[in-house]
Amino acid sequence: MSWLICLKGIVWREMLRFFHQRSRLFGALVRPLMWLVVFATGFRAALGVAIAPPYDTYIPYGVYIMPGLVGMVQLFNAMQSSLSMVYDREMGSMRALLVSPLPRWYLIVCKLTAGIVVSILQSYAFLAVAWAFGDQAPPLGYLTVLPALLVNGVMLGALGLLLSSLIRQLENFAGVMNFVVFPLFFLSTALYPIWKIQEGSDILADVCRLNPFTYGVELIRFALYGQFDGLSALVVLMAGALFLVAAVLGYSPSRGLAKLKAS
Amino acid sequence: MTEALRVANVSHAYGKRKALQDVSFHIPQGSFTALLGPNGAGKSTLFSLITRLFDCRQGSISLFGLDLGKSPGQALRQLGVVFQQPTLDLDLTILQNLHYAADLHGLPRRMAAPRIARELARMELEPRKSEKARALNGGHRRRVEIARALIHDPKLLLLDEPTVGLDVPTRKSLIAQIHGLCRQDDLAVLWATHLVDEIDAVQDRLVVLDKGRVWAEGQAADILAANGGSLSDLFSKLADGEVAA
Repeated sequence: MSWLICLKGIVWREMLRFFHQRSRLFGALVRPLMWLVVFATGFRAALGVAIAPPYDTYIPYGVYIMPGLVGMVQLFNAMQSSLSMVYDREMGSMRALLVSPLPRWYLIVCKLTAGIVVSILQSYAFLAVAWAFGDQAPPLGYLTVLPALLVNGVMLGALGLLLSSLIRQLENFAGVMNFVVFPLFFLSTALYPIWKIQEGSDILADVCRLNPFTYGVELIRFALYGQFDGLSALVVLMAGALFLVAAVLGYSPSRGLAKLKAS
Repeated sequence: MTEALRVANVSHAYGKRKALQDVSFHIPQGSFTALLGPNGAGKSTLFSLITRLFDCRQGSISLFGLDLGKSPGQALRQLGVVFQQPTLDLDLTILQNLHYAADLHGLPRRMAAPRIARELARMELEPRKSEKARALNGGHRRRVEIARALIHDPKLLLLDEPTVGLDVPTRKSLIAQIHGLCRQDDLAVLWATHLVDEIDAVQDRLVVLDKGRVWAEGQAADILAANGGSLSDLFSKLADGEVAA
């Protein structure tokens, strides 16, 4: 029972912070909308997207990039959570969490869950706005995408936690944008299908195939059309488990924090 | 008398730099013990080990007989902590901060609500409970942190230089309040400080930490009697390195 109360408390706090920080919600929506409205409109004429699963007909470019932009919402939310963990650690408020009598690994899982809840809310907010702009998925897809958002949220949230356990100072966080967020996003199928990338470069296509974010995007893409992509689900789950174990080790009292303090 | 805290032969290093060396002392239940030491003496490292922010790799720490390494959950339930750095969520109200702390200890609402009301009244925060922590001055924020540390009814309260940045009247009032808690609730208190005027040389117990070692432990009056001079003299000698640890 006390474990559930702790989970509820951490999720509740994250939700309160999210709703208090309206600029965070606004920023989370504006970023992908800029891509959808400006970038996709510009490229709509230049880029035709041929029929490929899960689509059964030619689709406008805006429809193609919508799952990638949902992935972008989740990616940036995970990095925002990670940034806030580093900030909390630098400011000291992380200590209030870590002296809870519950196991450290469980506290990390609670933080992850809280981040996932926020990222799912943000994703649905974006899907609603995209729908209003005419970039729509089948109605049932908005329900079947939920499990995909959940497992993608676990993978990206755990990656964010792992990064926050490794980053020693807030100032170093800018590097995360350059060396983690941008490569993850641009070297994936978020903006172009893999066959289109392969037309330009085999190496780039191979790199995209090694990028776990590619599989997160594809999982969302298929789920939005009521289909299940087994390979993507497997990769996302395995990557999520790997990142989570590494994050828990990073926050272990005997490993991560003592090293950070020592630096 | 029951031991609230026992620190036995604890050493800790950050890389090659030794922060604590073979530190041993104990705190009896219901006592006010001041942990006195100049900056860099190892007080904050010791607090990090007692609160299990870091694992204690050398030596052992037990709270009310519970080994922190073997039963961390049970041991940490006995412990309330006020850290040197402010740890409130400034965007939440006082009440929300206290409910959050209760949740982190797994307290159901029906148990948490009366305890929160009790601590709000005791810390004279009731009229301001709906204000955001950001709106409070340093003294009030400290009181909220103390209230938060007491929500789960700990038997040992750790305070790491809690008066940093507070004016003299607020400091005095805070110290009096903590002494009152010691008497009323039979609470053991470990108060880390480098300010000798925060120590009652007649009543308080004292653990003097210098360069990562315990230099003296016992009733403050006994330590002064054995070494002569006042607490200020003793501290000046420690800070100047004139006393061998």
